[in-house]
Amino acid sequence: MNSNTLGLIVQRFGAAIVTLLIVSMVVFAITAVLPGDAAQQALGQFATPEQVAALRTKLGLDQPGVVRYLQWLMNLLGGNFGESVSNAMPVSDLIAGRFPNTLMLAATTALVSVPVALMLGIGAAMGRGGRIDSALNFVTLSLVAVPEFLVATLAVLIFAVKLGWLSALSYGGDASTPLQFIRTYALPVMTLCCVIVAQMARMTRAAVIDQLDSPYVEMARLKGVSPVRIVLRHALPNAIGPIVNAVALSLSYLLGGVVIVETIFNYPGIASLMVDAVTNRDMALVQGCTMLFCAAYLGLVLLADLCAILSNPRLRNQ
Amino acid sequence: MNPIIETSTPAVQVRAPRKIAWLGLVGASVCFFWLMIALFGPWLAPHPVGEVVSDNVFENISAAFPFGTDYLGRDMLSRVLIGARFTVGLALISAVLASGIGTMCALLSVVAPKWLDEIISRLMDAFISIPSKMLALIMVSAFGSSEVLLVCTAVLSYTPGAFRIARSMAVNIEALEYVQVARTRGEDRLYIACREILPNMLNPVLTDLGLRFGFIVLLLSGMSFLGLGVQPPDADLGSLVRENIGGLNQGAPAIVIPALAIGSLTIGVNLFIDRLSSRRSRRSGGH
Repeated sequence: MNSNTLGLIVQRFGAAIVTLLIVSMVVFAITAVLPGDAAQQALGQFATPEQVAALRTKLGLDQPGVVRYLQWLMNLLGGNFGESVSNAMPVSDLIAGRFPNTLMLAATTALVSVPVALMLGIGAAMGRGGRIDSALNFVTLSLVAVPEFLVATLAVLIFAVKLGWLSALSYGGDASTPLQFIRTYALPVMTLCCVIVAQMARMTRAAVIDQLDSPYVEMARLKGVSPVRIVLRHALPNAIGPIVNAVALSLSYLLGGVVIVETIFNYPGIASLMVDAVTNRDMALVQGCTMLFCAAYLGLVLLADLCAILSNPRLRNQ
Repeated sequence: MNPIIETSTPAVQVRAPRKIAWLGLVGASVCFFWLMIALFGPWLAPHPVGEVVSDNVFENISAAFPFGTDYLGRDMLSRVLIGARFTVGLALISAVLASGIGTMCALLSVVAPKWLDEIISRLMDAFISIPSKMLALIMVSAFGSSEVLLVCTAVLSYTPGAFRIARSMAVNIEALEYVQVARTRGEDRLYIACREILPNMLNPVLTDLGLRFGFIVLLLSGMSFLGLGVQPPDADLGSLVRENIGGLNQGAPAIVIPALAIGSLTIGVNLFIDRLSSRRSRRSGGH
């Protein structure tokens, strides 16, 4: 790694932080500045003007938007996300309580989906143009477009209603024995995996095929190397960068999918917390959850970016 | 989910298997079918949308009720036929607006001075880094849900993607000789943007519009499914899934059919668009 690469990495980090700042401005503008008077909303129609004015002063709403934004940002950086109105609890406590559950769901999904997707993608690339490839192309193309709640509904119908193997609802806590763990996580993870595996497999296939079309692979083929060896020893090491990039980008899609999946399975994670907050218009909680999700999203995109840089000598020496 | 597909699609169609030609046809017919339903559905519906026609809730498929009945005993067929209009209509309006605004901004940023290009691009970059569902959730939490707001949200989250794709094409075209010739001839910027660049990128822009339509259908029905999209008494296909979720453990058609309807629409769009873009990449690959 030379100084050039280091500079590029630092630059990407800087860009990600600037983007996160802009995102925080957008989030704050939409949730706190535009919708009018939060004090009036909180107190309802029958509040006297004095009550409203008192609450406005207490919440700091009488100050200009920029000042409030800076205060809010400073609080965020200090780990203070504000007070959740509907739960009468600090937002950070609520998020801290739910965060491990969502992380567990995401981690399990990643552990299941990555190997499956890589195998499918590499397999499709090896049998390119053949029957398996066409079938996989059709299946993945369809699965990318399927809404999570269709997958979830069908999965519940088959595994919980018809076969009775799993429970339709998922309760995050009781995962002490392996069997309980599977019963709890099987349906949500399956649902999340469908879309992600499809996306990842398509991108992996493209990355491997890109390498298989290169002259050095043709050379290897001409000297009689077996197809499996060509893929594993020649093509794959060079495709690692794009593949890791694909994995990180696909995993960032988890953040959207998890919103639906946690709701449909009643899973006590951050996304269902956020949906409840949106329904109750609990702004501090919405802001906190949104910033967390956006930060995670940007983090994954940054990771994808860095993998692409580190694995590609041409990008590195730009 | 937009940046993922955008970065993946051009690379995926490296060499599409020839066999999937008829899949594109299937996709096109499914799209056409849903477009027709959206246009004429309300006249085909056998019952008024809100009328309770049966004493049994979550009734199974029968001759009287081909799609069964919902959680109040209303005819599912009528509700799906009318719900499709919301799903297709809202998504189509949003997709056309998003692609239109994105393409216009792209043309503007290519022919405009550098500082304006820089401002537009930075702004679009900021919006693309908020996941569409997150943006939709904060918009709804701030302004409450309405059809206008849903369209605005979808446009806001899918314009940046359309802009990126259109801009990268416009930059390439702008460097070609005939645009240079037009510029030397003394044509003004508007002429160059609309008469020289736009016609040559129209096809990919339309393909991208189709792709965006699919995403927006997923976004809007997802929001409706969460109860934050189209509000009762109106119902799009996503709301139909939500309101009938109680029939899930009976396996009622009331929940399966609207979910399948959304799936068939988005899959149809994807198959159709995939076919269109793979044909083009093969054609351009031959040169």
